[in-house]
Amino acid sequence: MIGILDYGAGNMHSVEKAIKKLGYPSIRIEDGTCTEEIDQLILPGVGHAEQAMIQLEERGLIPYIQRKVEEGIPLLGICLGMQLLLEKSDEGNTQGLGLLKGTVPYFDETKLKVPHMGWNEVKDAKQHFLLKDLPEASDFYFVHSYFAAPISSDDIIGLTDYGDEFASAIGNDYVMGVQFHPEKSGEAGLKLLDNFCRYAKKKVTSC
Amino acid sequence: MLKKRIVPAIDVLDDKAVKYVQFRNPTIIGDPAELGRKYSEDGADELIYLDTTASLKNQELKYEWIRRVAEEVYIPFSVIGGVRTIDDFRLLLRAGADKVGVNSAAVQRPELLNEAAAIFGKQCVVLGLDAMPIMREDGSIERWEVYTHSGHENSGRDVVEWAQEAADRGAGEIICTSIHKDGMKTGYDVELIRLLSEKVSIPIIASGGAGKLEHISEVFTEANADAALVASMLHYGHYTIPEIKAHLREYSIPVR
Repeated sequence: MIGILDYGAGNMHSVEKAIKKLGYPSIRIEDGTCTEEIDQLILPGVGHAEQAMIQLEERGLIPYIQRKVEEGIPLLGICLGMQLLLEKSDEGNTQGLGLLKGTVPYFDETKLKVPHMGWNEVKDAKQHFLLKDLPEASDFYFVHSYFAAPISSDDIIGLTDYGDEFASAIGNDYVMGVQFHPEKSGEAGLKLLDNFCRYAKKKVTSC
Repeated sequence: MLKKRIVPAIDVLDDKAVKYVQFRNPTIIGDPAELGRKYSEDGADELIYLDTTASLKNQELKYEWIRRVAEEVYIPFSVIGGVRTIDDFRLLLRAGADKVGVNSAAVQRPELLNEAAAIFGKQCVVLGLDAMPIMREDGSIERWEVYTHSGHENSGRDVVEWAQEAADRGAGEIICTSIHKDGMKTGYDVELIRLLSEKVSIPIIASGGAGKLEHISEVFTEANADAALVASMLHYGHYTIPEIKAHLREYSIPVR
């Protein structure tokens, strides 16, 4: 069962539809009291970082996400959902979930069109399972004005060139995020989501 | 590198995809969702649905076809036409549209752009901009003015100033249609699109006038458009999306 965090994000329905098309069951997680057993967790997101954090907090979803991550449930953030995985966003000067180390700065508007909107290549930076079996430098659909700047290059899964290279997919083994919208990136996007949905829970040794 | 987008535009009347000849006599060409899926499978980068239904007896009809598009299409799609309020934005986004286009209502009340961007994010706020050139006596173009109500009313506003204001207020993208080029199949308004691309910091989708492959490569190479809207070229079956993209690759224009 795939849990999709429901905090009013605009792309929740399209994420849900893509998961359904792939043939996986999913459930909406609307607040922190949800006791349904889930195998993977998706944090969608479109909109404003500060507003999103307020919504997550009001629904008690922040401790829920932290608990699931501690249990070893794979977590995928999408777009704004990915940006929230980091420690701090310049959008509204907001604290993030802090599951990955780094910040979320704004693109340089003097040099580039902002938002970065359209299809762009994602280069595999460390042979992560998310990009498994995808053609080299597949195109995905982006629309964003802020981007992830992880502190450690070990946390970079994919790189994309927009003026300079930025981290378009980030994460480690169990907490990961993509800046683009796999649910809106045609076949390549569905493949990436399929890769995530196949990923099994981490074995956590209890002490 | 960011790719240049090919965006098929599909006119919708009630809940049917239609094509217009000389802007009238709608002929049904199919189902909006099925046509959208076909173009998406052919390599369209995004879709734009232009809802031409003047007034609906049954509002639910509109959201039903949008919901079906959202079920079948896994690339982004915009819905434009008749959007006047924040509630219209909300209902269209909830039905599954990724972006909502607003035209006349934004000219009448520009604050709508600020409000929509604050609530839904600027990525889903698209400004529809219809432009008409104002000529000097020698026949050269002095400037362009913004027209509203499907090109019937001149607002008197300067196109570049309005585009800049709209971007500042929260539009995330602009679809610019040159009225005098629309349906003529003589090419996009390269001069206007180039001007907007230089003066405005958000992506510009060129619309109106494409009749052959060279028109599409030209609007990318000469006017630096971010995306090109194509309609009759595809609907009449004269060209396919793979043909358009193969042509653009010959000109070293980056496409998906």
